Amino acid sequence: MSLQQVLQRPDVWRGSHSPETPTIATGIVALDALLPGGGWPANALTDVVLAREGIGELRLLLPAIAHLSRGDRWIAFIAPPYIPYAPALAAAGVDLSRLLLVHPRGRAEHLWAIETSLRAGACAAVLGWVQDVTAAHLRRWQLAAEAGGALGVLFQRQNIPHSPAALRLQLAPADGTALALTILKRRGGWPVGPVRLELDHAVAVPAAAGFSARDMQPRRAAG
Amino acid sequence: MRVSEAFVLAHRLRVRPRETAAEADALARLAAWCGRYTSYVSLLAPDALLLEVGGSLALYGGLDRLIEHVRGGVAELGYTACLAAAPTPLGAAWLARCGREARILDHAELAGALAELPLDCLGLEPKQEELLRGLGLATLIDCVRLPRDGIARRVGPHVLDLLDRAFGRKPDPRPAFVPPEHFRARLTLPAPATMRDALLFPLRRLLFELAGFLLARGLGALSLEIALHGARASAMRFTLRLATPSRDPQYLTSLVRERLERLLLAEPVEDVALEVTAFAPLGAQAGDFFTGFETPAERRAQLLERLQARLGRDAVQGLATRADHRPERAWCAVVPGASSRAPGNGRRPLWLLSEPMALEVRDGRPYWEGPLTLEPDCERIESGWWDGAEARRDYFIARHPDGRCFWVFRDLRAPAQWFLHGLFG
Repeated sequence: MSLQQVLQRPDVWRGSHSPETPTIATGIVALDALLPGGGWPANALTDVVLAREGIGELRLLLPAIAHLSRGDRWIAFIAPPYIPYAPALAAAGVDLSRLLLVHPRGRAEHLWAIETSLRAGACAAVLGWVQDVTAAHLRRWQLAAEAGGALGVLFQRQNIPHSPAALRLQLAPADGTALALTILKRRGGWPVGPVRLELDHAVAVPAAAGFSARDMQPRRAAG
Repeated sequence: MRVSEAFVLAHRLRVRPRETAAEADALARLAAWCGRYTSYVSLLAPDALLLEVGGSLALYGGLDRLIEHVRGGVAELGYTACLAAAPTPLGAAWLARCGREARILDHAELAGALAELPLDCLGLEPKQEELLRGLGLATLIDCVRLPRDGIARRVGPHVLDLLDRAFGRKPDPRPAFVPPEHFRARLTLPAPATMRDALLFPLRRLLFELAGFLLARGLGALSLEIALHGARASAMRFTLRLATPSRDPQYLTSLVRERLERLLLAEPVEDVALEVTAFAPLGAQAGDFFTGFETPAERRAQLLERLQARLGRDAVQGLATRADHRPERAWCAVVPGASSRAPGNGRRPLWLLSEPMALEVRDGRPYWEGPLTLEPDCERIESGWWDGAEARRDYFIARHPDGRCFWVFRDLRAPAQWFLHGLFG
């Protein structure tokens, strides 16, 4: 294996070099500033570690979901812990007709549904809630996300060492309406955090007015 | 060869009665499948099909390519065929029945090829054939060389008629095969199948046959009904519904494969049947020749169908808003892709609990994983007295000491009781 091949592996990054990967703006200015390329890594896996659901994890993704839902692919929610509440999603500018709620019954079906949705090329984003997955699962999903051109986001309780995800975040509630965000791993950068992110305005302001359309185009990092 | 002679040669032979009805059925199904190559297919019972392909040569890039395409397709269906092409239908049929895979385009060449064929391709009564052989005739050319009135007198004028049609001296119109309205096919397995994987191969064959049927008629299937028959009377049945019509055998096979994953075989399967009664028009598409050029809508439908095939229809839903003040009725699960437009009201959480959860009260405050602090604004929702699910509630946003926000309510009919209904995730 040559050095070039090693460097092209999705789980290898160079600390001093920002790789040119396409991103999708998060719609939250303070978060875009922290992420390499200024947004969620497109066509890749983002691993979100959180102790419990309902702390603002969905609000963090909402502007990007609203933007992607206006495209021509699905936004898949796989095994969400609660009912994603349609009136709130619609109020945030999400086109509900692009949402796909998947409720797998068993573990094998659960893992299959995530991989199939990521790989199909028919999903702009796949949000999966998982438990007890290993780095091997994440590696498969990372490849599936690349193949299918999907933004894959996994929510899980435990921190998996050596996760091959392109971006790894840890979330915790903070006082007020804020969220404490720690970047455990990012391509082309060192870990950051915890950083306090004010999220409230992300919901209160209609998504379309919160940022310009130009910002929401997938874009490349300066390099 | 008689059965007794066969037993001498192979004493472990198993003899089965010939099923002429099943043969006729198979020939008709093959005729329906051949409709993909030409709109003019004709049956020549008991064993031949005639395809008028003059108009299809350009589409397939010549006779040789067309013949190879047919041969490959027939093999996929599990049959072997002898394929001959000639300017007359009887000429082609006789050549094929005699095992001559000729590809003849003009009449002169045809006359030469037919000349050597034995007499029995005429299909005469044994007595008449005997008579001709008695005259020293062995091949068709021998018949043609005899004076016509002599033949007519000895074996009847219909032999001349047959020869004239075969050599192209007389027109030979053929009745066109009319394909059935619905697709129904059944395949007996060589041995009872106990594993799901063993079912995929015969099902694939049936789906391939279906694809030809659909292509011939410019249709796509909307739902497939599959029945697996075992030794006992009742069959295992399942139905696959498609959001958009399809006739791509690879895609349909992948759907069936996902569905089989979910199937428990109660007993060994002895034969499989496929029936399609719901169709929709599907025009000729690039996708028939080059896969991978689907539209985004088709890709969305394909993923949806794959997920539904493996997980079940109910396991995949879409979301919609509804015009109802009661929060639990302001949304509903719908078929994915359905759009809705209901006005929103108030501030709503992103996560809703499927059932409101009763909360403890400590020191006069609702408590969930810690004491909750209520924000001063309250939203009163009173609705639904007319349909028996009346709600009279005061909703509050409640804060947990760690910063999380919840959506809680107090039931006005029992004001001391608090419920958690949503999380501002």
